[in-house]
Amino acid sequence: MRRSPARTAVTVTLAAALTAVTAACGGGSSTDGEGSNDKPKELTYWASNQGTSIADDKQKLTPELKRFEKKTGIKVKLEVIPWDSLLDRILAATSSGQGPDVLNIGNTWSSSLQATGALLPWDDEHMAKIGGAKRFTPSALAATGARDKDPAAVPIYSLAYGLYYNKKMFKDAGIDEPPATWDELVKDGKKLTGGGKYGIAVEGGDPVENSHHAFILGKQHGADFFDASGKPDFDSPGAVKAVKQYVDLLAGNKIAAPGNAEYAKRETIRDFATGKAAMLLWQAAATSIKSNGMKQSEYGVAPLPVQAPGSGEKGTRSMVAGINMAVFKNTDNIDGAMEFVKFMTSDEEQRTLNAAYGSIPPVKAAQNDEAFDTADLKVLREVLTTSSAPLPQVPDESKFETLVGTATKELFADAAAGRKVTTDSVQKELSAAQQQMRK
Amino acid sequence: MTTLSPPGTSRPADAKGPAGDGPERPRRRRILPDRLRRAGLPYLLLLPALILEVLIHLAPMAVGVVMSFKELTQQYIRNWDQAPWIGAGNFRIAVDVNAPVGEALLHSFLITCAFTVLAVSLAWLLGVTAAILMQESFRGRGLLRALFLTPYALPVYTAVITWSFLLQRDGGMVNHVIHDQLGLTDSEPFWLIGDNSFIALVVVSVWRTWPFAFLILMAALQNIPRELYEAAQVDGAGIRQQIRRITLPSLRPVNQVLVLVLFLWTFNDFNVPYILFGKSAPEAADLISIHIYQSSFVTWDFGSGSAMSVLLLVFLLVVTCGYLLATGRGRKSR
Repeated sequence: MRRSPARTAVTVTLAAALTAVTAACGGGSSTDGEGSNDKPKELTYWASNQGTSIADDKQKLTPELKRFEKKTGIKVKLEVIPWDSLLDRILAATSSGQGPDVLNIGNTWSSSLQATGALLPWDDEHMAKIGGAKRFTPSALAATGARDKDPAAVPIYSLAYGLYYNKKMFKDAGIDEPPATWDELVKDGKKLTGGGKYGIAVEGGDPVENSHHAFILGKQHGADFFDASGKPDFDSPGAVKAVKQYVDLLAGNKIAAPGNAEYAKRETIRDFATGKAAMLLWQAAATSIKSNGMKQSEYGVAPLPVQAPGSGEKGTRSMVAGINMAVFKNTDNIDGAMEFVKFMTSDEEQRTLNAAYGSIPPVKAAQNDEAFDTADLKVLREVLTTSSAPLPQVPDESKFETLVGTATKELFADAAAGRKVTTDSVQKELSAAQQQMRK
Repeated sequence: MTTLSPPGTSRPADAKGPAGDGPERPRRRRILPDRLRRAGLPYLLLLPALILEVLIHLAPMAVGVVMSFKELTQQYIRNWDQAPWIGAGNFRIAVDVNAPVGEALLHSFLITCAFTVLAVSLAWLLGVTAAILMQESFRGRGLLRALFLTPYALPVYTAVITWSFLLQRDGGMVNHVIHDQLGLTDSEPFWLIGDNSFIALVVVSVWRTWPFAFLILMAALQNIPRELYEAAQVDGAGIRQQIRRITLPSLRPVNQVLVLVLFLWTFNDFNVPYILFGKSAPEAADLISIHIYQSSFVTWDFGSGSAMSVLLLVFLLVVTCGYLLATGRGRKSR
């Protein structure tokens, strides 16, 4: 027993350290109040990557932040976070309580993040500080959180899917106008495919992109991926049809290059801009296409095709895509954060920023500007107001993106490896995804 | 633990020493008994390191264990204290191999085992071969050594992202060589999705780790006395016999540690698959670290992810202890 005193000392130290750490973990996030004003002269802002690169974003945002500083004396520390790590960073910030004051979120995450309670709810009082909810377009507001709750964020950039097509390739193939239905798209695609060129390019290796198309096509087939009570319903017949139809662009119809199955770094836009593919389904792609060397006059934009001419749910041509701005509940500069959101959603800033990013301002008054009268934005704006639907505003939405998107990625991989993609195989993948939701 | 046994404690003669100087010397009052003071010094010196070790390694582990017994889903991540305890619920789901979650975990575990065995043995084989071949000095040996060590010196992100470009199906170097130039395959294979992704993963992992094996074994070879080889040559032993009878047995203690370290690194590797495949690894290359990451971060269920981590920790502990016991017994008998 000669070691016992020392051993006791060690044990005590260990226990003390452990308690200290666990206590710190629990205590860091226990502020339930709505922020403070401890640091009124500075803000940290996490911006999402909207431009062609992180550096591009910094270049576009910095002058605006400088103007804000001049106006209010509040210094904004900017961090642009790439999409593949943004959600992780937000989750880490949520669990530690150490986060930014103001941040951008993909609007599809609104309800999922709302459920964590990390974001400041935009009740009437808060909304009034930035001019009221009426300033925003209803479609954009529909993607800010669950319907029966105060919005978790406010919209700052609106986007919608459009069908981008290469005018010259269409003309050479003898096609007069862009396809209005999916049957037409496949028919045109077959005409355009050949000689190393393909009818369409898809980002098959990117789960998020896949999930968006599964959702849009699902709507067209009358399938929602969640039932009315918010329970997942990933493998309904309509959902299977939707996913199969999307994968079949590569699998059955072969109008997309097999290599598309591993595209996840925007190679799709590159292929379109360099004339390797004649069509592209993307959200406000103008700036990216331009940076890949294709002129605006060389391509046209049309709404996404539908199953059959018609309207209502089945006429859905896009999800309500876009970026929302949220205030982190643990902020230590709540007034400054409000002031900053007000600034970023002001008519003038909305015009400047959306014009720079090629997106559509969700603020109605800012839309009347010639910057948004380009051929593509006119179409996308029309789609957004008349035939778009928000992704399910339920807490489990982010899991839908991951699970259904990944299942679709696996199906693309199967197709690319030469295996048949059948209704059964799609059903099986989607059922497996569905089962992951049940614990 | 034997190295930690404090010196002095086992020397009762010491304690008697001062008392023998006579009673006239006034005894200073001490807060701690003499014995403890002496015994405590080494521990005191170790304390800073120990505290850091606890804070950096053990505490997160303990927190992870605590988390694994909670239902830590998105509703609760902001306020951990309020997450309900669910006992062994997370574990039950993780080990229930007839349900989808457990089945996927088991699949991932088996993939990881196969991957680890392949990658470690290939890395070791390459390392030992290169080390033996580089023993003799020849022109350009230094250059070659430096070249071999490059993968180990490169930052992992840079190195693996380069591999991911090489392995792209369209326009990747690998396909350009094996399909366009050598014509080995009928069509261009995929490396980053589908079944081939397993091969890609093994290759990149071996490429990353073998220089370490090479480096360690090279150092170990320097310690084998030349005389042994000379004696063997005199006795007429060929190169193969020399390797089998002298080199490999002499490397045994180094190999023991090396293989263990390689095993732990490879089994736990997160960087390589994450950079190569992104958040959702293809089924054929769904390593356990990525799988756990998916289970916690992507589906926002940190309790379930922690439970899987704890299972992994237990498994690795058992393997490590078993390995050390098995090889340690061998060492004692020598």
